[in-house]
Amino acid sequence: MLELKNIAASYSGIKALHDVSLTVQKGEMVALIGANGAGKSTLLNCISGIVKPVSGSIDLEGVNIASVRPWKISQSGLLQVPEGRQILPELTVLENLQLGQTALSGRAPTYTIDQVHDMFPVLHERKSQRAGSLSGGEQQMLAIGRALMGAPRLLLLDEPSLGLAPLLVQKVFDTLQALNKTGLTILLVEQNARQALNVTNRAYVLEQGRIVHEGESRVLSEDPDVLAHYLGLGAQSE
Amino acid sequence: MLAQQILNGLVVGGVYSLFALGFSLVFGIHKILNLAHGAVLMTGAFIGLYSVLLGLPLPVAMILAILGGGLVSVFIEFTAFRPLRNTGESEFGAIISSIGANLIIISIAQKISNTEILRFPFETFPIVIFQIAGIRVSLLQMFMAVMALALMAALMYYLMRTRHGRQVRAVAGNERAAVLLGVNPNIIYFQTFFISGALAGASGVLIGLAFGSIHFMMGEPFLLAAFAICILGGMGSIVGAMVAGLLFGMIQTLSVAYLPTGLTDAIIYSTIFVILIVRPNGLFGKAAAGVLRSQR
Repeated sequence: MLELKNIAASYSGIKALHDVSLTVQKGEMVALIGANGAGKSTLLNCISGIVKPVSGSIDLEGVNIASVRPWKISQSGLLQVPEGRQILPELTVLENLQLGQTALSGRAPTYTIDQVHDMFPVLHERKSQRAGSLSGGEQQMLAIGRALMGAPRLLLLDEPSLGLAPLLVQKVFDTLQALNKTGLTILLVEQNARQALNVTNRAYVLEQGRIVHEGESRVLSEDPDVLAHYLGLGAQSE
Repeated sequence: MLAQQILNGLVVGGVYSLFALGFSLVFGIHKILNLAHGAVLMTGAFIGLYSVLLGLPLPVAMILAILGGGLVSVFIEFTAFRPLRNTGESEFGAIISSIGANLIIISIAQKISNTEILRFPFETFPIVIFQIAGIRVSLLQMFMAVMALALMAALMYYLMRTRHGRQVRAVAGNERAAVLLGVNPNIIYFQTFFISGALAGASGVLIGLAFGSIHFMMGEPFLLAAFAICILGGMGSIVGAMVAGLLFGMIQTLSVAYLPTGLTDAIIYSTIFVILIVRPNGLFGKAAAGVLRSQR
């Protein structure tokens, strides 16, 4: 469904990605893990069109989108839930969800507001509150719900667990897994490697702008190198 | 007498609000200080005046001024701001390039008007005076008040109740997040500048009708006033611009009525100064300083 070939990109003048290739098949849930500053967000922003790659190609269902404007990419159903959630704090919760429909741009919706409300009841209870008044976890639900309103064909998530309490992290990952079970294709960027490997089918490990490991998540989570570099820290902090 | 002056002040203030609103809108949504906004007001007044001189009825002249103001404002966005935005050098550069746009528009107007001070022909707007509870209210004042209220109400409805308005507010809150949701920011810039210019164009005609003097430099004092009004109301706050505009018009009218004329500006700006000591972010401003500081 999504195929990146030999992507190189710079961010603020620094070369952030070298020769990255990555694929996501329809219906898959894929993780991209790596340390802070490995280039994960730059890669997502390349896919979303916010950062233009210096070289390489990005194909979405056979169409090269590497030079397409970011809002056009979103309107085609490739939706990103950005790092730090980026909800619009001055708008109400409901308005944030309605704003998510902008990305439909004539395509048929796949989730109604009622379905999103059923999935995240708190968004219904607080629908006329300022979105900025929600807690971090609720804001993450809102950011995911908002993306669903835009009928995603592929959902990109940048660090959805960032800054959330462990219980909420679990809830977010459960939700993503449930969405994936209903057929939604997901590319998940995470620093929380253990959790990410637990819920995904396949994974890529990004290190200093290069893919250093790739494979089935279950296999990677037992790889000695991955264990030492990415899961070791996780084990200590738990 | 006092009630009369307060009414006069409110009417003038309404027009100030209308004009300052457009300035505040552009700053609040796009963080751009459009210093060519005064030239747009002048353009509106010129279009209105020349349309009337060509024999068109006033309502048509008003509509042409609104459209013309909107288009000039969009033209400024296309030529003075958009190229800078694409290079990522928008914050300080935009101030300079809008000063340039201002000068160019003023020079053109100076050429067209031959550096003359013009006015609408006598009785372009019928002179009708009503006496209501001892207060004199002219039909023109009523028209100005209704026009200002109607345009502000329409703007509020557009921003708060429509799908497009929601997208505008999204861009104001976080342009990048809005883009990721599929909002085309160029359309939003177009809309904001058009609305801002349309409000300035309407204000230009109203001011031309009320003050009876239209000339190529007429926008400058209003630009300064709009800047002061926006700071007083809180930079980027719509309600702030409305309230501060009314306040500005009132203080101005009252000080002209009761104090030596030379003191007017001193009174206005020292009042603003005192208010800002108490409320540094303006009457309705939240983290206005944060808006200015935030890097985009």
